[in-house]
Amino acid sequence: MKSASDIARDVQSGTSSAASELDVALAQIRARNGELNIFLYVDEEGAQRTAAALDERIQRGEQIGPLAGVPVALKDNLCQTGIPTTCSSKILEGWRPPYNATVIDRLLVAGAVPVGKTNLDEFAMGSSTENSAFGPTLNPLDTSRVPGGSSGGSAAAVAADMTPLALGSDTGGSIRQPAALCGLVGVKPTYGLVSRYGLIAFASSLDQIGPLTKNVRDAALLLEVIAGHDPLDSTSLPEPAPSLSSHVNDGVAGKRVGLVRELIDGADADVMASVERAADALREAGATIVELSVPEFRLGLSAYYLIAPAEASSNLARFDGVRYGLRVNGDDVTSMMEATRTAGFGEEVKRRIMLGTYALSAGYFDAYYGQALKVRTLTINAFARAYHQADFLLGATTPSVAFAFGAKTSDPMAMYLSDVFTIPSNLAGEPAISVPFGTGDAGLPVGVQLLGPGRSEALLFAGARVLEIADGRS
Amino acid sequence: MSLTNGWEMVVGLEVHTELKTATKMFCGCANSFGSLPNTNVCPVCLGLPGSLPVLNARAVELAMAIGVALHSTIAPSTFHRKNYFYPDMPKDFQISQYDLPINVGGFLDLPDGSRISIERAHLEEDTGKSTHLGGSGRIHGADRSLVDYNRSGVPLVEIVSGPDIRSSTQARDYASELRGILMATGASDGRMEEGSMRIDANVSVRKVGQPLGTRCEIKNLNSLRSLQRAIDYEAHRQTVILEEGGRVRQETRHWDENLATTSTMRVKEEADDYRYFREPDLVDLIPDEAWQARIREGLPPMPAERRSMLGARLHEPSDSLLGAVSVVVDLDLDAYVSSARDAGVPAELALPRAANELATDLGGLSNLSFEAFTATLLMERSGELSPTQAKSVLAELLASGGEPRAIAAKKGYEQLETGAVASVVAQLIEEHPDEWSRYRDGDEKLAQFFIGQVMKRTKGQANGKDVIAELHAKR
Repeated sequence: MKSASDIARDVQSGTSSAASELDVALAQIRARNGELNIFLYVDEEGAQRTAAALDERIQRGEQIGPLAGVPVALKDNLCQTGIPTTCSSKILEGWRPPYNATVIDRLLVAGAVPVGKTNLDEFAMGSSTENSAFGPTLNPLDTSRVPGGSSGGSAAAVAADMTPLALGSDTGGSIRQPAALCGLVGVKPTYGLVSRYGLIAFASSLDQIGPLTKNVRDAALLLEVIAGHDPLDSTSLPEPAPSLSSHVNDGVAGKRVGLVRELIDGADADVMASVERAADALREAGATIVELSVPEFRLGLSAYYLIAPAEASSNLARFDGVRYGLRVNGDDVTSMMEATRTAGFGEEVKRRIMLGTYALSAGYFDAYYGQALKVRTLTINAFARAYHQADFLLGATTPSVAFAFGAKTSDPMAMYLSDVFTIPSNLAGEPAISVPFGTGDAGLPVGVQLLGPGRSEALLFAGARVLEIADGRS
Repeated sequence: MSLTNGWEMVVGLEVHTELKTATKMFCGCANSFGSLPNTNVCPVCLGLPGSLPVLNARAVELAMAIGVALHSTIAPSTFHRKNYFYPDMPKDFQISQYDLPINVGGFLDLPDGSRISIERAHLEEDTGKSTHLGGSGRIHGADRSLVDYNRSGVPLVEIVSGPDIRSSTQARDYASELRGILMATGASDGRMEEGSMRIDANVSVRKVGQPLGTRCEIKNLNSLRSLQRAIDYEAHRQTVILEEGGRVRQETRHWDENLATTSTMRVKEEADDYRYFREPDLVDLIPDEAWQARIREGLPPMPAERRSMLGARLHEPSDSLLGAVSVVVDLDLDAYVSSARDAGVPAELALPRAANELATDLGGLSNLSFEAFTATLLMERSGELSPTQAKSVLAELLASGGEPRAIAAKKGYEQLETGAVASVVAQLIEEHPDEWSRYRDGDEKLAQFFIGQVMKRTKGQANGKDVIAELHAKR
């Protein structure tokens, strides 16, 4: 499959066209979506109109943006004007947003062609896409296994060669974990680098939108397009988008890489082996490897499963049947709300709403939510300490390669542990990248994770690119 | 009304005021009253999935102005979510301030000299407005409910007083004084009937000197009169319960204006659990010194200061004159009075004319320039117009504008010649010899009789002072 940068170059130069690149994508979607259950909605007509308009502008000699004619898949928790947006939940049945998420406006300005909305764990709560109200997505690399989650549909769309680019959202690992399980590059940007306006919130203080791509350059290109200050998001960083593509080949010579024990411990042997070989590759490229222990990272999981559900319990309150989406009638407004939410939300969403409501309740707040906030501060301080000794950190993205359907559905704790290595970056609001490195059990890809301080994306892309080359991929 | 038998009431007020901003608190929708339902709405104030709030700087400025006027400390603050389900609240949480409000502490001095402490004055967003049709007419048991989200996201400041109020009259004075302050700061139009200022009263009773009793919160107080009546009713209700050996239940009660009673809305078995937590979609609000200073310097004088400015040159003012001062400040007529006074009209004349004549036709003020008001009062002062005539000229100016002298001429108010008064008086002496001789014998009351008769005969065109002078001369 052509890379995004190649497509953009060919479309702009006229050797290809947005329409024909879209046809390639749509053909692949038609061929495989029925089996893999990746797209919940394909906007064929809208995408064709967008592509035709781009081709017309190119024929008139206009310069389109850096993503000219590149098809993009969108996680179905991003609002797009007039396009059904479900969060893979029955509760949003029939709702079509009247506005675009900021990232979608920026994609359009850059010349990208949104083709449709991809499956996810309901409201992004899950690590396998098995929590979707519309059925699980299959991992294109092995259809007996999950693609990861919650951005499983977006990851699978790229892995199945449907689109070269996809957007996901990452609250506790929801971009990086499926990227690892599908053999992709996945980026969780610095909190505030990408506007959240139009991303249907799961946990507002943790959510970030980011790219899922086949290679590091495309990820940098896509992040450059969607990043930068947005006046519609009060938590958006004040500065414009940083230059990232230009730093992809900076290398890691002279950099100190912290190999963090807590980001490997508990991982399967195949995953651990990949991380060690990644460390070797970085050393060979001129970096110094420093072995570190950051014990606070062990506390991250429990803090996360209080903070994220607490915010979610509030964010998801608005789905009450009054204004949009599903409504199940009742005798009065209270029973209508109860009936709607009972019928509309799936089991995992209800579990987290209850956890979060409990954690915020009078008498329990200090012991749960309040304590979790303290752990969050500890995590931030622990990262800062680690960055005295290292420029960026290295670890595993997930404890295992892609697992089989049903392997963890009966035990929520086992599923939650899928995020144990990815959660610390969300708690700290700092960036992290998962990049494929080697294969593990059953020949499945392994993701290794690079973590950096706030706004260090350029450095992480350079490190990821070194690993990509060492792994023999372009 | 005060309580008997050693009981006293303890009242604290929570006043919500809508801020007079052009746009809502977290989005660009118009903040205006009376538009067609659901026309001033967008994804943000409808709480649509994915939308995010962005704080309106003007709302912060007005909140700070209120804080300065109430002698509060402007503090670094944060926003919290107050979580509860209600159909007119589109996110099912309200963005409010909790443990760190923008204005901390402060006080408000009442005209009677008492001081009511202010605990806080914080920013929050308003909800939409529900209308329940058919059935009970309340949310549970209505046939249908309609929601208008035009008000959703309108900026509010909630001003919480300390439990310092001891009578319903004091509560009314506090609300009235606060209303004047809110209007003077430009933060609010103070229209209680449109809901732009809403009051909840926390009322408890106790024996003087005893610890605080259990309180009830009274809602639906839509006027100063309701406030006063509801507090009196509620304090009496609680006193009766306690006198009979009962216990007051902590609850929220609804004031019914027609029945003139309060009734239970919901019982607070324990404190409501709103699961407050920091609003993660907003950043901390830390107004810098320069911004605060701009607000302080831009603040106009508050009612108390204006009252003392207006009353400054009054010597031993009567109650009615002090009342006139209050009315003039309440109705924002200070400029009329001060411009007349600057031109030499005594405050003792300008104040009642403004408080009585102008107050009756506030809508007509656009027709009445300060100059015309001053000119009319100068004519009255010099005797060119009698008081009755001056009032009539003012009424005409308010009704249709114009120039005082021309109006006086049109009404035939040219002053009678002194000689004309003399001849009328001479005529009356002839017609009423008995009254005249009693007057000459020292019965001063009869002066009024003759003045009245002269006025009647001259259709009010005579000047009372001229008449008295003539009576003296002839005595």
